[in-house]
Amino acid sequence: MSFIDLKNDLPGIRGLMAYSPHTAKPLNELAEVLLRDEHNTLSRGERELIGAYVSWLNQCFFCQQVHEALAGHYLACPIGELDQIFDNLGASALPAKIKALLFIAGQVQTGGKSVSQDQVDAARHAGASDREIHDTILIAAAFCMFNRYVDGLGTWAPADRGYYVNRAPQRAIEGYIDFDLYK
Amino acid sequence: MAYIPLDESIPGIRSLLAYFPAIEPAMKGLMQTMMRQDRGLNKGERELIAAWVSHHNHCTACENIHGAVASHLLGWDEADYARMIKEKAGASPRLEALLALARQVTCNGKKVTPEQIAKAKALGCTDQEIHDTILIASMFCMFNRYIDGLGLTSRDTPESLKTRAQHLAEYGYGT
Repeated sequence: MSFIDLKNDLPGIRGLMAYSPHTAKPLNELAEVLLRDEHNTLSRGERELIGAYVSWLNQCFFCQQVHEALAGHYLACPIGELDQIFDNLGASALPAKIKALLFIAGQVQTGGKSVSQDQVDAARHAGASDREIHDTILIAAAFCMFNRYVDGLGTWAPADRGYYVNRAPQRAIEGYIDFDLYK
Repeated sequence: MAYIPLDESIPGIRSLLAYFPAIEPAMKGLMQTMMRQDRGLNKGERELIAAWVSHHNHCTACENIHGAVASHLLGWDEADYARMIKEKAGASPRLEALLALARQVTCNGKKVTPEQIAKAKALGCTDQEIHDTILIASMFCMFNRYIDGLGLTSRDTPESLKTRAQHLAEYGYGT
């Protein structure tokens, strides 16, 4: 049950977007550029993984499920394996570059000032470009916004993780601009 | 020095928009929509929430400019602003309740409690005002992290801040 009367019963950010269409537009445009734009050397799966990881750190159930399911879809990886990666990033078998970028995203989650030169250097050493470091920080920062918006207004979320996994293939096709909020 | 090659002579987040122009329409759209209207919360109150969140995120660059815009719009001098940020001095009970919500959002969205929401509503805050407070607070949790996460430093002087604040207060974020 949301803290305010959203005048709809849609879950998570979809309820907020139906309540406030004029803010939904720039929020969706931002998600589209950050997570789906093709002019990017990070894959859509890697970018969704960053969003899911930050949502997991922020304990935002709805955003974590949506974006973990999308990451799993793009990366052809069951969400159970992604859970294990989030649980122990250091021990995971992820490629060094994405691992270093996820470490930076984790720092951004605690606060922008937590990012250090050493971590940025480590990411570069692992092959990350300036643009990839930039995008990681911005995606992590954006999810610190989305997560707070969703949880700060007390929106509800389907508890069954299968709901999100089943929706992910269609969500991957539709993207964040041309989709029906009510479906 | 920023962690990536940015033109730091361009003030504030504009140097980031220059680096990554693809996000400019979304960022400006968000700022114009949320910061430049007087329905419910007025522009000065919106800027104050932005400054308040930036203050608690220790993002000096954002606090300085949005604090200056808020002060300009609310007719405050530096001492008035400092008292507000430190002690919420001069805030109406309604604004105080909204600042308390924004403070919780700064920590995590989950920290907002039904009791706090009930208190804000009892003091006359509308659903729209509560929505806008939480979204503005969330937005600045993004902007603060974007700026500080990239190690961007401000070259503003007290004079340049004043000029920029006056311009933003008058013309907004669309230009």
